Amino acid sequence: MKKIEAIIKPFKLDDVKDALTSIGISGMTITEVRGFGRQKGHTELYRGAEYVVDFLPKIKIEIIVPDDMVDKVVKTIIESAKTGKVGDGKIFIYPIEEAIRIRTGEKGEDAI
Amino acid sequence: MEKTLLDSGDTAWLLTSSAFVMLMTLPALALFYGGLARVKAILNVMGMSFAAYAITSVVWVVISFSLAFGDDIFGIIGDMKFFLLSGVKPDDIASGTKIPVFLYCAFQLTFAAITVALVSGSLIDRIKFSSWCVFVIIWGILVYAPIAHWVWGGGFLAKLGALDFAGGTVVHVNAGMAGLAGALALGRRKKQEILPNNVPFVITGAGLLWFGWFGFNAGSAVAASGLASSAFLSTNTATAVASISWMLTEWILRKKPTLVGLSSGAVSGLVAITPASGYVDVSGAILIGVLAGVIPFFAVAYLKPALKYDDALDVFGIHGVSGAIGAIMTGILANPHINSAGTGLIYGNPKQVITQIIATAVSASYSFIMSFVIFKTIDVIIGLRVKEDEEVEIDKVIHGESAYHLSESE
Repeated sequence: MKKIEAIIKPFKLDDVKDALTSIGISGMTITEVRGFGRQKGHTELYRGAEYVVDFLPKIKIEIIVPDDMVDKVVKTIIESAKTGKVGDGKIFIYPIEEAIRIRTGEKGEDAI
Repeated sequence: MEKTLLDSGDTAWLLTSSAFVMLMTLPALALFYGGLARVKAILNVMGMSFAAYAITSVVWVVISFSLAFGDDIFGIIGDMKFFLLSGVKPDDIASGTKIPVFLYCAFQLTFAAITVALVSGSLIDRIKFSSWCVFVIIWGILVYAPIAHWVWGGGFLAKLGALDFAGGTVVHVNAGMAGLAGALALGRRKKQEILPNNVPFVITGAGLLWFGWFGFNAGSAVAASGLASSAFLSTNTATAVASISWMLTEWILRKKPTLVGLSSGAVSGLVAITPASGYVDVSGAILIGVLAGVIPFFAVAYLKPALKYDDALDVFGIHGVSGAIGAIMTGILANPHINSAGTGLIYGNPKQVITQIIATAVSASYSFIMSFVIFKTIDVIIGLRVKEDEEVEIDKVIHGESAYHLSESE
């Protein structure tokens, strides 16, 4: 099992969620995060003064998938999250030692 | 008291106006200032307006109304005739008006309250709440009441012929200078660059201020009259022009018309038309609106960063500067066909401008010096500023509260 963590632009969340559910992913966790990479920040105006805002809002999606789904999921996320402009985000893949369903005690792939 | 009869139209309008002006402090100013502040300070900022209204309501009826509007002593201050309003009866009419003394007191109370509430804008994010409450009490007695007496209560500036229809000097220049004094007495915040936490509150606050200001300006006619109607229209005109002028200035110089700018322009226009509202015609109101939309923008965007004083919410930049603009323009534009009590430069009375400049300078100096002394005295006795590491989470530290609990786990 692998954990796939994707940092994406917030307005792309619905597209990514719809694309993932259409390939059979049945669950995910999202967090609202802030960060920057090459996109840097942006400026906002307040009473004639410009302020630089360094941290940009992003969405982090976390899903646990069986090993044989990893490539398909990564491809799906890239297709649905990409805009071609700087700031599209990143995907990280972690190995998962174990997964357990709290309600039933099921383990391994039965838990995801 | 004179044996004048009460006019029910005047009284009905002034009762309404008093409620309108109360609204300007609570919730209008609280929303306007609160929305401009940081989210972790919003309760403290709104709380200072709330406390200012509540505390002034008490101090005013006990003593400051009398100091401002009691019988004149040497042109400097009023006597204790109205202390606790004891002995005043409901049918007693305020001299020079056709409304009850109780109503005149209530109407003037709302002005005293908002003037001190305005000062809080310069002090946010670092003044102790207890020190603020003490300041409200002392300042109302030692600064607001005397200036109100000089200009409106028959004091020496009134005798000089100074024109201030609804409070350009008494309220706005006064608050602006006191705010500047406070900003200097307190020192700068650790972090001065903050973006407003709730611009919808700022817009709502500005809208409610505009609404309430009809009571502030048109109510200052102390009559349900043609003059009140003229003041109503001038107020609306100048404010609209100022909003648009500020917006255009910002659009040209910064490429984008912000809503904070539109709201700030409106407030600036409201301030500038305040002393002039019962003296100028529509053309005068338009000119004042243009000046109020453009000049304070430069004070806020260029003067403040250059001189580096931390007037957090631009009380000096907007209320001080626009108040002075309005007060002096009154001396130029006052039209005797609108109000026979006021003739300005362009109608053949150049002396009025001099009188206006004197009144503005006197109020500004007294307010600045006395406010600074009060702030420093409070500093020595109970301390003025919160501890440096407490500044960041000021709502939690001072009030033990958070403004929002958006998720149940917080």
